[in-house]
Amino acid sequence: MSNVIKVKRGVDVKLVGEADKDFAAELPVETIAIKPPDFHGVRFKLSVKEGDEVKAGSPLLFNKDSEQVKFCSTVSGEVAQIVRGAKRRILEVRVLADKEIKYEDFGAADPTSLEREAIIEKLALSGCWPFFKQRPYNVVANPDIVPRDIFISGFDSAPLAPDLGLLLEGEEKELQTGINALAKLTSGQVHLGINADKPAGSALSSLKGVKITKYSGPHPAGVVGVQIHSVSPINKGETVWTITPEHVVIIGRLFETGKFDARINIAITGAEAKERKYHKTIIGAAAKHYVLDNVSDKENRIISGNVLTGTKIETDGYLSFYERQITVIPEGIDPELFGWLIPKTDKFSISRTLPSWLMPNKKYELNTNLHGEKRSYVVSGEYEKVFPFDIYPVQLIKAIITNDIEAMENLGLYEVVEEDFALCEVVCTSKSPVQQIVRQGLDLMKQELG
Amino acid sequence: MKALQNLLEKIKPNFEEGGKLEKLYPVYDGFSTFLFVPGHTTPNGSHIRDGVDLKRTMNTVIMALIPTLLFGMWNVGYLHFLAIGEEVTFLDQFLFGAIKVLPMVVVSYGVGLGVEFIFCIIHRSQIEEGYLVSGMLIPLIMPVDLPLWMLALSVIFAVVIGKEVFGGTGMNIFNPALIARAFAFFAYPSFMSGDSAWINTSVKEGQAVVDGFSGATVLGDLAVSGTTQYSTLEMMIGTIPGSIGETSVIAILLGAGLLIFTGVASWKIMLSALAGGAVMGMIFNAVAPYALSPEQQAFMAVPYWQQLIMGGFAFGIVYMATDPVTGSQTEHGKWIYGFFIGFLAIMIRVFNPAYPEGVMLAILFMNTMAPLIDHYVVQANIKKRKNRLALKKA
Repeated sequence: MSNVIKVKRGVDVKLVGEADKDFAAELPVETIAIKPPDFHGVRFKLSVKEGDEVKAGSPLLFNKDSEQVKFCSTVSGEVAQIVRGAKRRILEVRVLADKEIKYEDFGAADPTSLEREAIIEKLALSGCWPFFKQRPYNVVANPDIVPRDIFISGFDSAPLAPDLGLLLEGEEKELQTGINALAKLTSGQVHLGINADKPAGSALSSLKGVKITKYSGPHPAGVVGVQIHSVSPINKGETVWTITPEHVVIIGRLFETGKFDARINIAITGAEAKERKYHKTIIGAAAKHYVLDNVSDKENRIISGNVLTGTKIETDGYLSFYERQITVIPEGIDPELFGWLIPKTDKFSISRTLPSWLMPNKKYELNTNLHGEKRSYVVSGEYEKVFPFDIYPVQLIKAIITNDIEAMENLGLYEVVEEDFALCEVVCTSKSPVQQIVRQGLDLMKQELG
Repeated sequence: MKALQNLLEKIKPNFEEGGKLEKLYPVYDGFSTFLFVPGHTTPNGSHIRDGVDLKRTMNTVIMALIPTLLFGMWNVGYLHFLAIGEEVTFLDQFLFGAIKVLPMVVVSYGVGLGVEFIFCIIHRSQIEEGYLVSGMLIPLIMPVDLPLWMLALSVIFAVVIGKEVFGGTGMNIFNPALIARAFAFFAYPSFMSGDSAWINTSVKEGQAVVDGFSGATVLGDLAVSGTTQYSTLEMMIGTIPGSIGETSVIAILLGAGLLIFTGVASWKIMLSALAGGAVMGMIFNAVAPYALSPEQQAFMAVPYWQQLIMGGFAFGIVYMATDPVTGSQTEHGKWIYGFFIGFLAIMIRVFNPAYPEGVMLAILFMNTMAPLIDHYVVQANIKKRKNRLALKKA
């Protein structure tokens, strides 16, 4: 029933700092924050003010353009602070957590017996809706659109990615309930991609009501965009939603128990993290629980997410809504004498201009240095080596830079989001901010056409 | 190292806004980033980056040019002493050549980078590394006796008209090094062609050129008489007259090996150009009996594989055709682009005795065609996408 799709173009950047495959003692989550910048393109309005008491599942914010979609607290407690940035933009809504979480009750239900509208209402009201992301444009899904398909990637191939088998341990029932709910939302199928090289636990492969496709090969085999492209690429006018398995579990819990129970597991990774383990936590939890006293003395960068697509946070920051790991790597702030000339072994490269080709299995301790300066495009054929789409990446990027909407459409911007270009950004000789450019293109296209 | 870094930091304020030498900031920036890769870190996006940058890439090409440069230097000396009939040591031959060639390299870099710095100061932009390769290529594709001022003028023309007017590194349409050569070729034809341009025959008192010595290149010979005095082995090794870097196929193959191995230059372009040249050569072999003149007939009858090791063909397809900026930028396009460079290079050299070196014109012509090739390759992809949609709707 399932067939294996081989992803040929890509690369695994092997890094030091994988998490040990066991769980650390559970730490109580003291504060959480919902961070509006995690949800690109949403115009937010607050539902609470500082000092309000909330339960897990109580709305903190909602979407001005689609008022039914709520962004809810993941714990119960007191709204401690609303952090605003320039132009009073809301950056964080922080909630001080109670010791024992109290939940709003949305009522347990069997999704197979509910209508699509009832499911959407439940998901939107309870704070589960933002788990769905929509392509084109990579924004929170619009509940008024019936998506062609829903795609779930059942494994993570990014550097130091956690093992989804561990993240989903013991959640088989909830996962299946979640999938049953998802099946009602689309006119097409729910697709699940699993790793052909490293079969995950039974949680995923025994699911019913999904179309399973196996993928093998290097990163980005686990990126959902690659899976969509190889199964059924998005055409103009079509909409596809994506969601991660962890979030399907949370949706499953909602239907099983009637609660917005946003407990997740994350992995602490990266060369500069001292104790690298899996942790049980809650979406939006304060990062300090996991990084305070747990990073080396160097000048480090704490990333909520992986090194390719994550967001830089501070020690007192919060986990991003969609991420499943924290990565700590050193900042590369030291200038390097003749760094462009000396063939050092501590740098990674897909070209053979550096000796990294001699050591295909070496694990690197890479830092955040750019290793050069931004330049015009000179080298060709570079992105294509790590971009397994039938799309011309450089031509698409150039179309975006020149604001040529027609060319963006023609060249396939509908099919891709920022993360699909993460490896292109890594390997770029000209140090082009590729993901940022793609985001600009998506924004422009959404503004003009969508 | 720390001291150097401190020195750079100390003089930096002079070049920053409000400093005395504010206008020269690009020069300061160019030198300081030459010495130190700056400690710039990634913004949000990908937090780690590949260790390669444009400086390293360009440096790899320069490394790949070193064998041809060293051989070229020796060959200049070797041919000089051969012409005047003197037997000297290997070292003397090399030194003689070095004295002739190094000033050309210095002038090429000095003038070219000078022009680039001026443009960067005007535009207040950073120096980009493109000229590092052009600066090495230009002397290697010139005859050794070209006066330095002509070289300087060619370089200025190449950098200004060939590159900066289009927006600098990465924006140019034509290969700047070939623009320099084309400029010299059309502006000073007597220094760029004929029998006397390729070997330094300057003699001191008591020396004289050997009677009957011919300094014609292989292609020059063939265009005139249809025969050449040089053997295949000599063409492979490169002990023949020609532009400084182009004569030794073996040295070029060493460079090609490095370029292909490191992935800096496209093997697809090299291979398809070789195929294109071979195909044209075979066509000529087949139609040689119908040639218009006996000289042309003899030239056409040159075995196709021999055409590939003559003149600047090898140098052109390895170092010039593979320029990623002016060449085809799509992987499918590279096959077509390379093929026609080889095909046209052999065609031009045989059909037009006035331009025995066809590869220069072939590459410049295909530089103009590269965007068109890419356009059709990309259009095919767009069409495929549209068909997919149409199929779905149907």
